[in-house]
Amino acid sequence: MSLTTLSLTELRQKLTTKEISAADLVRDVASSIEARNPVLGAYLTWDLDAALKEAESADLTQPLGGLPIAIKDNINVEGQPCTCGSKILAENYTAPYTATAIQNLRQAGAIPFGRLNMDEFAMGSSTENSALGVTRNPAALDRIPGGSSGGSASSVAGSIALAALGSDTGGSIRQPAALCGCVGMKPTYGRVSRFGLIAFASSLDQIGPITRSVADAALLTNHLCGFDPRDSTSLKESVPDFTAVLGRDIKGLRIGLPKEYFIDGLHPDVEASVRKGIAKLEALGAHIEEISLPHTEAGVATYYVLAPAEASANLARFDGVRYGHRSSSASDLMEHYLKSRSEGFGPEVKRRILLGTYVLSSGYYDAYYLQAQKARTLIRDDFTKAFEKVDVIVSPTSPTPAHKLGELTGDPLQAYLEDVFTIPANLAGLPAISVPCGTIAHEGANLPVGLQFITKALDEATLFQAAHAFEVG
Amino acid sequence: MSAHSIDIHRVAKLARLELSDDEATHYAAQLHRVLDHMDTLAKLDLSGVEPTSHALPVYDVVRPDEARPGFSQQQALSNAPKSVLDQFQIPKVIE
Repeated sequence: MSLTTLSLTELRQKLTTKEISAADLVRDVASSIEARNPVLGAYLTWDLDAALKEAESADLTQPLGGLPIAIKDNINVEGQPCTCGSKILAENYTAPYTATAIQNLRQAGAIPFGRLNMDEFAMGSSTENSALGVTRNPAALDRIPGGSSGGSASSVAGSIALAALGSDTGGSIRQPAALCGCVGMKPTYGRVSRFGLIAFASSLDQIGPITRSVADAALLTNHLCGFDPRDSTSLKESVPDFTAVLGRDIKGLRIGLPKEYFIDGLHPDVEASVRKGIAKLEALGAHIEEISLPHTEAGVATYYVLAPAEASANLARFDGVRYGHRSSSASDLMEHYLKSRSEGFGPEVKRRILLGTYVLSSGYYDAYYLQAQKARTLIRDDFTKAFEKVDVIVSPTSPTPAHKLGELTGDPLQAYLEDVFTIPANLAGLPAISVPCGTIAHEGANLPVGLQFITKALDEATLFQAAHAFEVG
Repeated sequence: MSAHSIDIHRVAKLARLELSDDEATHYAAQLHRVLDHMDTLAKLDLSGVEPTSHALPVYDVVRPDEARPGFSQQQALSNAPKSVLDQFQIPKVIE
């Protein structure tokens, strides 16, 4: 039997008792990838020799000692590719340095192994915006895995990775985890260093784990977080042991259901699953009450002004000079920029750069960008008020189950609107997790549904406590 | 019909993107639809609301102005599509 279906804790036990070696584990993961990645398309590349070399010197006394962890292809690991799912970085780029989050994982003994597909520059919710290949949902192979961390969720749910890192700007960890049937967690903004994560929207981006259990997510989060002087928004906060709260009951925990999240666009079977999940939380002793986050509806518009605006500035660095694709047909410098970027970026990235450039351009800045920044204040204040009354907010992660591949590609706005439940936590900088909440029979497939938990900033401990109680309860 | 009119060619040039006429028409139509949705922001009462650029407080970060190890020239050039004489090469700028 493959080792890739076991939990990180079980694997650590096998490693420390010398039942298996780190090299055995790496080889086992590699053979799972070779067997099933041709169908799932979760990984873009993997370097077995480099991972085996790292396994040789893995310190098994460390908390993650000997565990290979798969990495979304927008997090730099020195010597490895880092394509961001884009043609512009698929040639001429090998990471010249290592992200802090990866250094932290390595310090804890983990082995970064394999690069996972994603929507180009993390822009999308289906992984269909990758320029480098199709990724499929293990629960139904003709369906999207969600995105942008679709490769991460597909690899973990499909048992060809033990656990993976993703990044979440507007739901890109939680939504694919929900659609594939695994756990995805976005820490408080500033908990995990963004140094070495290729920037999409710097005020929203956060690295986090995608795993098969809440316990695995808590364990990985322990070793991702921490102050980093190389990220100016990194928080100087101590990091508690998030695994310490696992197993604590949730009797008396106050859980709020935002009435604005149970709306017309919510798929009725998804709602039924989520309501069942909420009943379970109540049966476990939590106190459930309805709350209001009145500016929820403004979240999508706010996000799709701010994130493209930040992206248009961040992606200006792709100029064909220092790294990435360079056009061979340009005759002067302006043409060099125009052609290198136009040949290198795909349609969704171009769309968002155009949108971001427009909302920041002279004459429109006040109407869009400044308005959105003010709306962001209202959305954040909604949460501040809500957390005076409740400890945790619970909602569906995504309003629909996984779409079929190709179903939404014609209509960007429709796709954007589906981020409605995940975007607010990014705008408010809050930690949030998606946990499997049953499956629904839909068009001949059994499709996973995710339940989202949100807490106040820096309260990941309560988040993990509630999510774990729900998972095992 | 959208209330918005985007000079898509001007925006594309600012963004350093080259669009064919077909692409320009296509993107302009899609962006109009997205911008129509963003008009929901205009319906909010935002008078007296302070803008938020970061969800949590952000502070100036300073450090002593001391030399630290960084990229070598070779590392910095390692991904350059074109380099010459240990420098990045770009198309000729000055005649």
